[in-house]
Amino acid sequence: MIRTEELQLNMGPQHPSTHGVLRIVLRLDGEVIVEAIPHIGYLHRGIEKIAENRTYTQVIPLTDRLDYVSSMMNNFAYVLAVEELMGIEVPERASFIRIIMAELQRIASHLIAFGTGGLDAGAMTVFLYCFRERERILELFEMVCGARLTYNYFRFGGVSQDFPKEFAESARNFIKYMRPKLDEYEDLLLNNYIFQKRTKGVGVLKKKDALSYGASGPVLRGSGIKRDIRKEKPYSLYDRFDFEIPVGKNGDTWDRTWVRLEEMRQSLNIVEQALDGLPSGKVKAWGVPRMIKPPPGEVYRPIESTRGELGFYIVSDGSARPYRMKVRSPAFSNLSLIPVVIKGHQIADVVVILGSLDPVFGEVDR
Amino acid sequence: MNFSFLYLMGVAGVGIFIFIALSVLILVWLERKVAGHIQSRMGPMRVGWHGLVQTLADMVKLISKESILPAKADKWLFFLAPFVVFIPAYLSYMVIPFAPKLIIRDFNIGLLYFLAIPSISVVGIIMAGWGSNNKYALLGGLRSAAQIISYEIPRALSVVGVVMLAGSMSTVTIVKSQSSIWFILLQPLGFLIYFISTLAEVNRIPFDLPEAESELVAGFHTEYSGIKWSIFMMSEYANVFAGCALCVVLFLGGWHGFLIPKGEPWSSVVSLIWFMVKTLILIFLMMWLRWTLPRFRVDQLMDLSWKVFLPLALINIGLTGLFILGALKLFS
Repeated sequence: MIRTEELQLNMGPQHPSTHGVLRIVLRLDGEVIVEAIPHIGYLHRGIEKIAENRTYTQVIPLTDRLDYVSSMMNNFAYVLAVEELMGIEVPERASFIRIIMAELQRIASHLIAFGTGGLDAGAMTVFLYCFRERERILELFEMVCGARLTYNYFRFGGVSQDFPKEFAESARNFIKYMRPKLDEYEDLLLNNYIFQKRTKGVGVLKKKDALSYGASGPVLRGSGIKRDIRKEKPYSLYDRFDFEIPVGKNGDTWDRTWVRLEEMRQSLNIVEQALDGLPSGKVKAWGVPRMIKPPPGEVYRPIESTRGELGFYIVSDGSARPYRMKVRSPAFSNLSLIPVVIKGHQIADVVVILGSLDPVFGEVDR
Repeated sequence: MNFSFLYLMGVAGVGIFIFIALSVLILVWLERKVAGHIQSRMGPMRVGWHGLVQTLADMVKLISKESILPAKADKWLFFLAPFVVFIPAYLSYMVIPFAPKLIIRDFNIGLLYFLAIPSISVVGIIMAGWGSNNKYALLGGLRSAAQIISYEIPRALSVVGVVMLAGSMSTVTIVKSQSSIWFILLQPLGFLIYFISTLAEVNRIPFDLPEAESELVAGFHTEYSGIKWSIFMMSEYANVFAGCALCVVLFLGGWHGFLIPKGEPWSSVVSLIWFMVKTLILIFLMMWLRWTLPRFRVDQLMDLSWKVFLPLALINIGLTGLFILGALKLFS
């Protein structure tokens, strides 16, 4: 009888594939994982606490730093929550602009998730292709607000500035360019035999687990639960747009990756519809005061961010600063699934599964 | 012992070393260029014409870097491992016939020698994995041992068909017997198995598990830096070239080709060019695969070797035997 011992392996926080600064402590039996415990907190900056000492407007750039892969979404969620608290009506054009930016951001963020999913499985080229496409979206953002990563573009009652004249045409060109590219990526990665071998049946997330751990976004939909806040509880003007919610069947890594690709297609549709129906008018509501002082009260406003349900819970005591701001971040809840989905798989699967959960640590640690 | 023989061998040894060093410089540059163009970028462009001397600059950088010994590492294993990996790769060039008469030693068991020698490098890889006192390196080393040993079997069996057809294990005889027809036409299955097993032997995607960067950081050479790392790199590319060169020898007619003048002094040179072009095409194919495909998982890799390639290689041997029997019956 050979005496065997379990091996404890610290994966991260310095590791090429933990998507930031995650540390997973793995107990290994050979290459099989007996137990996986995620340790977070390496990117904690105390954003929620800092927000209590800033005025409401000063918090907008702070939210950019939450999920830095999709900053527009954070702006969107925060601004919506404060607007609800204050009862500000947003002009129609501003809402359309917000939706166009949010959906472009969703594509940019999913491109990273999709590309790194390929990279984790060893396909480097898909990753670089995705970054090439993302670059075009960032150029569009730069055209509109001058920033490429942390936009600080949304304002209470609208957005900071209108689209430049050439934006609509550039965005349409991008949509025309992007559609065939998505088909290409489907062929290159999702239909690849080796990629399917690596991801089908790997990291299966059961419906029950997904619900009890509070998963949301593509992770939840990959498990076959049709839940999307844009449809279920439409915010902004999402009820005016026509789009599908892709839903996976088995809840494995492949399904989650597929859901992301399909969502990119749907987002392109939304952007196209929004560009077609873009009304004219103001991009900022009239009569929003310089110093925001919402009436005392509290509000929770979730939106469907790229990673799932992103919600801001804001308590106001009537002063110029939020009394308390709590961020319900989807990546945090999705990350808590790690011990469930990784157990029993092999080391090589850890990175693939982790990539399909798509955590961003700015949001997990806040 | 004949003194002039030793002298000749010495010259040949130095010659091979220079050849390997040069080919590695060019292959690394080529790999970066191929990768760049596949990924719609340019690759190295700054140093020299289209970055041609970039690798040389990198080499200078690597040589001048500090060689780090990790804490609690096994000093001797750690220092020796790169050489144990490199020397087999170096030795395998002994039996490659680049052109008629351009071969160091034409053994009558040259093919067996070529297949056996790289197995020694497994020892070096395990030494590197164990010696660096790093769990990722250890896992990479163990994976590599399992992988190389598993793929040696289908690789060795896939060339049996060629040996049966050529009736010899000498690499020169094998090439000579392909003067009328290349063995790839008679042994398509053998070629496929050999090529894929070679991919696994030289640790390239889709079989680059020992150094899978996304999971094992860098596998067995995680802790290596500077010149020791570059020896690993050199042996990897030396293996790639040797593997592809032998593939050309076995299946693609070696130095044979069209437009080779007979009996002229430069006919050898034309043959050499043919050989190099064929080898480069195979190397390009490997690079193309590397930058397109994802990587297998370790258990899937083993399944592929034992459950798919091994039976196929055995079937191939049987079919070749039947073919030879049939041909003998028909023409006797």
